[in-house]
Amino acid sequence: MGISGACRDLTILSVTPAGPVGGQYGCYYLEFDNPGLAAAVAGQFVMVRPACFGSDPVWPRPFSICRLTPDRLTLFVQACGRGTDVLCRLKPGDAVTVWGPLGQGFGLEPDVPTVMLAGGVGIAPFVEYAATHPAPHNLALVFGHRQPLSCYPFSELSQVVARAEAFEEKTPDDLPRFIALLEKTVAEYAGGLIVACGPRPFLMTVARLARRFGARAQVSLENRMACGVGGCLGCVEKNVLGQYVQTCTEGPVFWVEELSLSEDA
Amino acid sequence: MSADTSVRLPGMHAKNPVMTASGTFGYGMEFAPYGDLRGLGGIVVKGLSLLPRTGNPMPRIAETPCGMLNAIGLQNCGVEVFLRDKLPRLPFTETPIVANLYACDADEFAELAGVLSAAEGVAALEVNISCPNVKAGGIAFGQDPAMAGKLTEAVKKRAGDKPVWVKLSPNVTDIVGVARAAVLGGADVLTCINTLTGMAVDIRSRRPRLANVIGGLSGPAIKPVALRCVWQVCQAVSAPVIGVGGISSAEDVLEFILVGAHAVQIGTANFMRPDMAFRIAERLPALMDELGIKNLDAYRGTLAAG
Repeated sequence: MGISGACRDLTILSVTPAGPVGGQYGCYYLEFDNPGLAAAVAGQFVMVRPACFGSDPVWPRPFSICRLTPDRLTLFVQACGRGTDVLCRLKPGDAVTVWGPLGQGFGLEPDVPTVMLAGGVGIAPFVEYAATHPAPHNLALVFGHRQPLSCYPFSELSQVVARAEAFEEKTPDDLPRFIALLEKTVAEYAGGLIVACGPRPFLMTVARLARRFGARAQVSLENRMACGVGGCLGCVEKNVLGQYVQTCTEGPVFWVEELSLSEDA
Repeated sequence: MSADTSVRLPGMHAKNPVMTASGTFGYGMEFAPYGDLRGLGGIVVKGLSLLPRTGNPMPRIAETPCGMLNAIGLQNCGVEVFLRDKLPRLPFTETPIVANLYACDADEFAELAGVLSAAEGVAALEVNISCPNVKAGGIAFGQDPAMAGKLTEAVKKRAGDKPVWVKLSPNVTDIVGVARAAVLGGADVLTCINTLTGMAVDIRSRRPRLANVIGGLSGPAIKPVALRCVWQVCQAVSAPVIGVGGISSAEDVLEFILVGAHAVQIGTANFMRPDMAFRIAERLPALMDELGIKNLDAYRGTLAAG
């Protein structure tokens, strides 16, 4: 009758650790049967809410699509808070509600040399990006990470793209060297396309470098969301006109020149 | 035999008591992919001001136990854009569309009511009296019965034949006093309640979790407060009351009807899943059947207290 069915009540197929887990953090692949999600553009996201959330936590959680095939939806999730901790402890058969794909994904320009800049769990959408890119020989990946490399889908990505480089930030002293690597990469791709996903400080660095070298760059923001569908105005980001735009519907992927990307958002 | 969920409110007929709360359902169309807007009892759209408002800096939202805080700052497109671009897309002939009004002083409220009174497709005006009265030093209209009464009167004068709903704040010592003043000022309906003011902080960064420091608490955490307010107000005034605060199931809806509400609004639960209001509206008649409730009038206010 009144319910469209766009929120799909699924059961989880598997939760698989990606590399070593334990201690404070871990990364996991969550797999679902694809219940008929429309084809996604890499960089789009889904909202996920396991039934066991009940009244707490109240919000669903947004995740960019790591891989969508006709029969499988895969998410790459880092357990790093009270929502993701619960998600990564789900068992096969547990009930989860999923809706999407939502928002605007990355631009895809097959003939243009493209570099994917990923920070940590921000590598997730690039699995889909590389898998759906018609000319992966035009793709490169630069990946900054803190957990062991085997915690991320780096090796499978490096088999697809023409060039992949990983940089492990073991201590804060490594950061300037990583920024230098980003600088060299952005300069090299100033005439191509840069697509970036990762923590906000990382994206701000990418944006700053892209502006300096006049590079065309897109960034995928990870602003906190409540609804994910444009209803709450909680996830906004300031654009260059000083207006707040919604990350969930107008993003999460934006061209760098659209945004002010200041510290205070 | 399915239960009769219909509700009569001043100047309006709703097919069921399940409406959506202002600020939690965008301008309506954002939620159209998730259900049939015509299946709802009403839609209260995002708070509107005379001119567009930018809203507050980020972060604007924070999750709290069984709830959330928000300080969006009434970001909205302004009444003109709403009437021109948003309202025509809504199924206003089949579902009552209620405009929620925000302004900084009584004159501005009255002017806004005047603009909306002429709008075909707007079924009622809901006045947000939780906003600060700039001309009275910033104290919220809703915290002072005299001020709330005068504001209601000013809006009512300019509202034409549109029913005026007044949305009460729980951040008061005596909500009944404000409710009575609003009814004396001409309120046709009272909406109970707006958010509770609250705060969340980060002990590591030593920063507030909202840029605005203080925000409005909503979600299941506030349901007992809302229920208490609705019950108290229903005891004291004869105007219909719309209950809002933490409702996330058809059972919750009946709780509010039981203490005297005519209808309810679904707020934060719309964020739990965007088809929530549609699901609750669809589930309600079956639940009423299970409980032997033929219609809401027969069940309303039948709480056996004391």
